[in-house]
Amino acid sequence: MNIVVLVKQVPDTYSERKLSDADSTLDRDSADAVLDEINEKAVEQALQIKEAGEGEVTVVCVGPDRATDAIRKALSMGADKAVHVCDDALHGSDVLATAKVIAAAIGKGDAPDLVLAGNEATDGGGGAIPAILSELLGLPQLTHAREVSIEGQTVKATRETDEGLTYLEANLPAIVSVAEKINEPRYPSFKGIMAAKKKPVDTFTVADLGVDAGEVGLGNAWSAVTEAAPKPPRAAGQKAEDEGDGGTKIAEYLVTQKLI
Amino acid sequence: MPAVSQEDFQPIQELVHEFIRDRVVPREQEIADADAIPEELRRQAAEMGLFGYAIPQEWGGLGLDLTQDVELAMELGYTTLALRSMFGTNNGIAGQVLVGFGTDEQKSEWLERIASGAVVASFALTEPGAGSNPAGLRTTAVLDGGDWVIDGQKRFITNAPIADLFIVFARTRPADESGTGIAVFLVPADTPGVEVAAKDRKMGQEGAWTADVTFTGVRIPAASLIGGDEEAGYRAAMTSLARGRVHIAALAVGTAQRALDESVAYAASATQGGTPIGDFQLVQAMLADQQTGVLAGRALVRETARNYVSGADRRIGPSSAKLYCTEMVGNVADLAVQVHGGTGYMRDVPVERIYRDVRLLRLYEGTSEIQRLIIGGGLVRRARR
Ligand SMILES: Cc1cc2nc3c(=O)[nH]c(=O)nc-3n(C[C@H](O)[C@H](O)[C@H](O)COP(=O)(O)OP(=O)(O)OC[C@H]3O[C@@H](n4cnc5c(N)ncnc54)[C@H](O)[C@@H]3O)c2cc1C
Ligand SMILES: Cc1cc2nc3c(=O)[nH]c(=O)nc-3n(C[C@H](O)[C@H](O)[C@H](O)COP(=O)(O)OP(=O)(O)OC[C@H]3O[C@@H](n4cnc5c(N)ncnc54)[C@H](O)[C@@H]3O)c2cc1C
Repeated sequence: MNIVVLVKQVPDTYSERKLSDADSTLDRDSADAVLDEINEKAVEQALQIKEAGEGEVTVVCVGPDRATDAIRKALSMGADKAVHVCDDALHGSDVLATAKVIAAAIGKGDAPDLVLAGNEATDGGGGAIPAILSELLGLPQLTHAREVSIEGQTVKATRETDEGLTYLEANLPAIVSVAEKINEPRYPSFKGIMAAKKKPVDTFTVADLGVDAGEVGLGNAWSAVTEAAPKPPRAAGQKAEDEGDGGTKIAEYLVTQKLI
Repeated sequence: MPAVSQEDFQPIQELVHEFIRDRVVPREQEIADADAIPEELRRQAAEMGLFGYAIPQEWGGLGLDLTQDVELAMELGYTTLALRSMFGTNNGIAGQVLVGFGTDEQKSEWLERIASGAVVASFALTEPGAGSNPAGLRTTAVLDGGDWVIDGQKRFITNAPIADLFIVFARTRPADESGTGIAVFLVPADTPGVEVAAKDRKMGQEGAWTADVTFTGVRIPAASLIGGDEEAGYRAAMTSLARGRVHIAALAVGTAQRALDESVAYAASATQGGTPIGDFQLVQAMLADQQTGVLAGRALVRETARNYVSGADRRIGPSSAKLYCTEMVGNVADLAVQVHGGTGYMRDVPVERIYRDVRLLRLYEGTSEIQRLIIGGGLVRRARR
């Protein structure tokens, strides 16, 4: 079983995240960069599938030089090898370009039986990469999985929604995006950390992948992020003393808010 | 050459740093209230390899040397010492007896499971009346039809309530000119005649358990004699303890750093009459004394570990480091309570816990008085030679 996991390095959600003043792309220097937690979960899922049968787990990452740290983390958790697409030309790429590059990077290796991704990155948060990839690679996709299992040539997934559970299945090869609740990712082991150093990481540029440089990067993006601002802190609530007229006061407030 | 290169060690230390700060520190109160380490933390610690970082690689561990061990210990000291205690006996006093003195068969039977955390090993030396002077221990081991039969009572044994294996020190004969007569044995906890009493009610370190252990006619095969040598026990205990002393000194430094950080944070924010207490020079003086102790302790621990690894000093240095650092952390914790004022006397405030937790460090693995005897006696003996 050849499993590909898409991993993204993102600014740590604990640190202050912002866009660069120059071009409104992610200011990567202002925050610690980590392997996105949702991707740790995707790696965990891949490892569980591998451990239940057999197979090989390859992580694919599109990102700058220091994304090697995120790749290393995935390898120290137990992934077998990695593909890193690293090219200054990619700076500011939109989801379409990113997906094309990921598709080309996947194409460099043996055809995957299963591609695992997070359902949504914590920084860009487009939530569209898996879907676009599904189109580009011509593979079925199961999204927002909180449970995944492989049975023969079929992949089964459970999706949780506010209304209940949906049970899905598709023939392999397929793309599955995982949701928050899917698992608790393992801690890398000390030995895993040491072994990771020796695992192969293939690094490609956009040209290596045969992708036209005119299709990627900020200048060729079809959409632009113009600004990002932190949510204003929640305003202090309004306190109403109940002097026997509490109910009326609440009703009056709700009327001013056009809620009743 | 260390088994783990400095380059490999760095991300390992970072992982432990992150684990302690992100996973354990937020759960300190829960650990104190439940008097137990949450199962999830135990599992993560085992998965990472914390049960066997000091066990050699050929026996399934990571094989950190003491210079690296102390760096981890300083990280571990930053949170409740009960976490470290959970795997402390495996890596330390109990595990190192097997590493240093076991036969290959004994090592291959036990060490891998000790390193993975599948087996918790306890070090059973202390007895009523034989703590500071273990040579006075009275537990006996008698050869009977090819088996050893052990009888006696141990006390204050760390991890006894959860132990799978006891490393038991017992005498096979009275001490005489030829030696101490103390041997050391591998006794699985489920051997008939092994009885672990209810866990002790302690001053601090909630989540780490100790208990009395009684051995009544405990019959174990001849092959359970560690190293196959009836004289190995005393030397094994002393060797294992000397290494452990440097580790304990490092733990003390880690905890002192935490007490300092808590004190600085408190001094910077708490106010009296509108003035942050950190603006008062008498409070600054306390912080300065804490900081100085931490820096001196850290430097001492690192140098002592280097000299231990090189073989330059495995006796006076370890005792000096343990003496200085455990007394230092006692003082730093006391100052931390003082900086916090009445708040520092309240349960659930980290420095109150630290104040109680670190008191133990001056007692076990050799009291401060015993360290002074080792240091002073060693110096005089050296001068006479
Ligand atoms: C604040 C912000 C807003 C943005 N909004 C838009 C927008 O509206 N439209 C647009 O076209 N672009 C947008 N971008 C750019 C977009 O984030 C990047 O193209 C990004 O590389 C991919 O999209 P995503 O992070 O939204 O991924 P998502 O689709 O949210 O990611 C889902 C999963 O796809 C995989 N994946 C995503 N990126 C990578 C990668 N680089 N390498 C490997 N696997 C990956 C991971 O498994 C991830 O969990 C935005 C960027 C920022 C910083
Ligand atoms: C929480 C905890 C965990 C422990 N874990 C373990 C364990 O896992 N395994 C184990 O084997 N033991 C363990 N111990 C035992 C510990 O090592 C002993 O308690 C310690 O060595 C002191 O011995 P003692 O209690 O008999 O005190 P004593 O030796 O009776 O000491 C009483 C006082 O007399 C002083 N004193 C004793 N002899 C001399 C001397 N010759 N000269 C000057 N002063 C002297 C001491 O310094 C001390 O101040 C643990 C103890 C505690 C409290």
